[in-house]
Amino acid sequence: MTSNDDLITTDTFLTGVWRENPVFVTLLGMCPVLAVSNSVLNALAMGVATTFVLICSGGLISLLRNLIPRAVRIACFITIIATFVTLVDYLIQAISLALYNALGAFIQLIVVNCIILGRAEAYASRHTPLNSMVNAAGVGMGFTLALLCLGAVRELLGNGSLLGMPVLGTAFQPWVIMLLPPGGFFVLGGWLLLFNWRKKLSGRNIVLVEGHHHGG
Amino acid sequence: MVADSLSFIFLDALLMNNFVLAMFLGICPFLGVSSQIKTALPMGLATAFVMLISSLCAYGLNTLLTLLDLPFLRLISYIVVIASAVQLVEMFLKKTSPTLFRALGIYLPLITTNCAILGLALFQTARDYDFLQSLAYSLGAGLGFTLALLLMAGLRERLALVKVPDIGQGAAVSLILAGILSMGFMGFAGLGGQ
Repeated sequence: MTSNDDLITTDTFLTGVWRENPVFVTLLGMCPVLAVSNSVLNALAMGVATTFVLICSGGLISLLRNLIPRAVRIACFITIIATFVTLVDYLIQAISLALYNALGAFIQLIVVNCIILGRAEAYASRHTPLNSMVNAAGVGMGFTLALLCLGAVRELLGNGSLLGMPVLGTAFQPWVIMLLPPGGFFVLGGWLLLFNWRKKLSGRNIVLVEGHHHGG
Repeated sequence: MVADSLSFIFLDALLMNNFVLAMFLGICPFLGVSSQIKTALPMGLATAFVMLISSLCAYGLNTLLTLLDLPFLRLISYIVVIASAVQLVEMFLKKTSPTLFRALGIYLPLITTNCAILGLALFQTARDYDFLQSLAYSLGAGLGFTLALLLMAGLRERLALVKVPDIGQGAAVSLILAGILSMGFMGFAGLGGQ
C-alpha cells in the first residue's frame, strides 16, 4: 500500500461535503438518515456522533495500515470502528439520557454504517493519518448536512417547528405523516428529485443516480 | 394478544414493526437488490438465515457476557459473530449454487453491514427476550425483510415498463415507491390493539 502524493488540499475536505456527498450522491448510510431525521436536534446529534467515529477510526486505521494483513483487514477495521462506537455510546448516555433514548439503537448501529467502512477501505488504508482525518471530517460534514436537510424539512412540516421552537404559528396544521416512517422516504426522494432537476437545468452531463451504484 | 407471547413477537417483527418499512433497517440491500424478483428472493432468504443464526448466537453471547459482567464488549462480539455467519453462508452458496453466488455479487458479503441483523441482535437484548422469544423474533424479522424485498421487487419490475420522467429515474422514484409501501404497512399497526 503506497501512499502517493499526500498533499492535503481543500479538495481533500470538500469532496466529501459536496461532490461525493455520501447520502445524496453515493446513497450510502441511508438507514440512520431516514430513521433519526424526524427532528433537527436528533439529526444533528447523529451527524456529530458519526463524524466523530469517522475521524477517529480513519486516523487509527491509517496509522495501522501497514501492520494490518490484507486478508483480515475488514475484520480489523470493523473491530476498530466498534471500539469507537462503544465509546460514543457511553459518552452520549453520560451527556444526555433523553437524547440517548431518542436515538435508540441507532447509536450502536453506527458500526454498520457503510460510509465508515467504505472510507476505511477506500481512503484511510491508503493515505497518511492526517490526510485521512481531513477527508473523514469532510465526509462527516457532508453526512451531517444531508441529515440536517432531511431533519429540517421533516420537523418543519411535521411539527411546525425548528429545533423545538414553533415557527409556522398555531394556524398551521402539522403533517403528521412527515414524522412517521413514510415521511422519511418521501423527503429523501424529494431531495433527490430536486438535485436531479437542478443538475438537468444547469445543463451539465446528466449523471443520474442509479440504484445499483451504491454499496450495502 | 399478550405482548410477550411468541405469536405476537413474530407478527410484530413481520408486519407491525417491519424492519425495513417501519424501522428503516437494511435500506441499502432493500434498494440495491430489489430490481428483480429472481435475485430478491434468495437475497431475502440468505439474510433471514443469517438473522436466525446470529440472533441465536447473540442470545448465547449475551448470557455469557452478563455472567462475566462485560457488557461493554457486547457490540464488538456481536459484529464478529455476524461476520462469521455471513462467511458461512457465502461458502455454502459458492459450493451449492455458483450462479446465484455471482448474481448476488457484492451484496452477499455486505450482509455483514446490513443494519437489520445487528439491529435484531441489539433489540432482542434490549427487550430481554428469552431463547424461544429470540427465535420467534428473528424468524419474524427475517421473513419480514424477505416480504418487503419481494413486494418492492414486484413493484419495480412493473416500474421498468412505464415511462418515468428524466429527473425521477433511479433512486428517487424507488424511494417514493418505498414511502407509499411504508404507508400501506402502517395499516398493520392496528393489529397490536393499541
